[in-house]
Amino acid sequence: MIAIPFLSKRHPSFQGGVHPDPQKELTEHKPIEFLPVPQELIVPVQQHLGRPGKNVLNHNKTPLIAGELIAEPQGVVSAAIHTPVSGSSGLCSHVTLPNGIHVEAVAVQSNAENLQGRALFDELLGGEWPKSDFERFVRREEIPELVRKAGIVGQGGATFPTAVKLTPNPQKPCDLLLLNGAECEPYLTADHRLMIEAPDAIVCGALIAALSAGCKRIVLGIEDNKPEALHSMQRACSGTPIEIVQVRAKYPQGGEKHLIRVIFHRVVPTCALPLDVGVVVLNVATAAMVAAAVIRKKPLTHRVMTVSGHGVVTPKNVFAPVGVSHRRLIDFCGGLTPDAARVISGGPMMGFAVGDLDSPVTKGTSGITVLTKSDLLHQRQTACIRCGRCIEVCPLHLMPQKIGLAARNRAWDLAQSFQAQACIECGCCAYSCPAALPLVQLIRLAKAALRARSTK
Amino acid sequence: MTQQTPSEPLLQVAPSPHLHASHLSTQRVMLDVLIALIPVCAVSCWVFRWYALKQLVLCELTALLTETLCAALRRRKSPVWDLSASVTAVLLALSLPWNAPAYIAIIATVVAIGLGKAAFGGLGFNLFNPAMVGRAFVMLSFAREMGASGYVAQVPGLDVISQATPLTAAKQYVAALASGATVADSVQTAFQNIPPLSDLFLGIANGSLGETSVGAICLGGLYLCIRKTIAREIPVCMLLTAAAMLGLMQLLGFTDDGFGALHHLGSGALFLGAFFIATDPVTSPLTRRGRCIFAAGLGALICLFRALSSYPEGVMFAVLFMNAMVPLINRYTIRKPIGGPVPGSAASPKA
Repeated sequence: MIAIPFLSKRHPSFQGGVHPDPQKELTEHKPIEFLPVPQELIVPVQQHLGRPGKNVLNHNKTPLIAGELIAEPQGVVSAAIHTPVSGSSGLCSHVTLPNGIHVEAVAVQSNAENLQGRALFDELLGGEWPKSDFERFVRREEIPELVRKAGIVGQGGATFPTAVKLTPNPQKPCDLLLLNGAECEPYLTADHRLMIEAPDAIVCGALIAALSAGCKRIVLGIEDNKPEALHSMQRACSGTPIEIVQVRAKYPQGGEKHLIRVIFHRVVPTCALPLDVGVVVLNVATAAMVAAAVIRKKPLTHRVMTVSGHGVVTPKNVFAPVGVSHRRLIDFCGGLTPDAARVISGGPMMGFAVGDLDSPVTKGTSGITVLTKSDLLHQRQTACIRCGRCIEVCPLHLMPQKIGLAARNRAWDLAQSFQAQACIECGCCAYSCPAALPLVQLIRLAKAALRARSTK
Repeated sequence: MTQQTPSEPLLQVAPSPHLHASHLSTQRVMLDVLIALIPVCAVSCWVFRWYALKQLVLCELTALLTETLCAALRRRKSPVWDLSASVTAVLLALSLPWNAPAYIAIIATVVAIGLGKAAFGGLGFNLFNPAMVGRAFVMLSFAREMGASGYVAQVPGLDVISQATPLTAAKQYVAALASGATVADSVQTAFQNIPPLSDLFLGIANGSLGETSVGAICLGGLYLCIRKTIAREIPVCMLLTAAAMLGLMQLLGFTDDGFGALHHLGSGALFLGAFFIATDPVTSPLTRRGRCIFAAGLGALICLFRALSSYPEGVMFAVLFMNAMVPLINRYTIRKPIGGPVPGSAASPKA
């Protein structure tokens, strides 16, 4: 496609970024399927950013009812954890999640009394949703507490506790709510399908969140490669104050800092949160869960995940409980192909490689991507040729080459002077490096060293 | 993967990002440059016959040998697979006169690869464009063979090489005028030696092997721009600056050498330099802003050198001079993070 910027009207975007092959066609037209209730779940007490939850089960073999509290939040930046299924608690042990967190987990054996399939999906997200007069259901002040009790965290992957965003802060009033439906990671279509199959829950959740946080304007940002989701959301948003803005399909368009800049023209300062510039950002899946928590009083125990990539036999969008193992989900999609080479929790640009297929998925797992040998990097690493591509594609205008070389020589001061800590690890630099340098890894090294130094 | 069943494929673990732009590798970048040089080499071989082929083959073989030898001295495997030595060799060969003796080509290549690149630590660490280092070395060491006589000779069947190069013709014309122009005949001859613009475009003019045909160079340059192999701002800024300066100089009457601004643009190594030499990623600045400054400086310097120095051509010295400026340019064109500096970090980074 030849794009002529001055002649063809294009949707707004940020400077930099890359265009990896989206591969969305593998799953974007496949309706959400429902995972049968698994026999055993392993539910980690930390599935969020912040402090781990505190296990409230006294002993093993506690009978549990679906949605019962397993771990309560410790502190403000923490989240409650609930059992997704009815059954009994098994051995408590530790698991290592794909992102490297080693944390206590509760094993839950399911019994036969579980609702499943479409019935469960409809109970959580389907059916009719109110789009005004929320006072009939809930008082405004109660919303953050309900969200907190439901253990809702950001479902885009960052897993920041949502209740913190929805609690009005007199020092930092928020006037804008950004509903993030960009979903820029290749392969992932979970949000896309949710916007098609449960648009009303998303709209309801967004309106509730805006009511709670005091936001006056609500905008849904959606990439221009999702016309189906766009039409679905347009229908659902009619009659509500939600505006829809299409943004150019480009990675990492769904990064909240870029989306805020593109849509609201506000710049989130380095190392600050969107809340600091008066914006609340909610992923569409998070918004839907806010609605379920506030209107139907359901905790966050299930989510839609995309299991995709050329390394799985039949890629699908799956509605599944958190705590189910990666292996179970992959088996539900026909298993791995013989040439599968890497299983990734999340999308291929920012996801974590899974070392143990029996580790559980969490609230932040937006999908499982299985890449084949031919998808992976086979370039030989060379010395940096100083072409500047990493600098050109950096959406934050950093100097990845400079930080990377500084990290390689353990020159942490130099890395700091090039603002290593501002990096969001989107991976554009390493993606486009002809010398195949592990730039993100080097920058992470610098960030870790600087963090360790500052806490010393 | 402790409980791996035999049927399960072996899974790898690695940090994100798990994807890489498959069309981007150092080797591919270098290969693109070589592909883009095919038209230039073809025209060169057509105009200069086997003289061009001889220089190309000589330089290429010497470059591969030197690269391997230098790597061996450092106890490393030969990096010739990354093709960067081949690119240097071809560019160097294309910047030599057709009649330069074989030993000059060999010495130039050894200096280019050995001193210009390997001595700095190999690919990516050299400050100066290796091809230009090699050329500068032989240019200064063998002034006679590399001067006007390296270009002009009588060879039956090759008309082109019996004429002076266009830029030398221009210098000679100025010299003839300055000498009082008592002998109208010599002025006339010098003037006639200046070829028409169409010849400069097609390459039917004397010069270094690769610089004769603006058309072939543009064809290759266009390929590089479309493939995004080179930073497009370098040729654009460089040619625009050069054109603007040459135009200005013509308007102000600086250039009374019977040579219009268009003639100046079309002759010599200006286009070859803009598309193939200045765009060497290693020796050009990192940021887009830096590259614009670099290229504008190049364009301006080339014009100054052409107008004021006693050498007819200025691309080589301009490139070497601006290469030396690159660390300085890099230092002053560090991009500011979008959200401002990290709280508590040093305000001004040092390059």
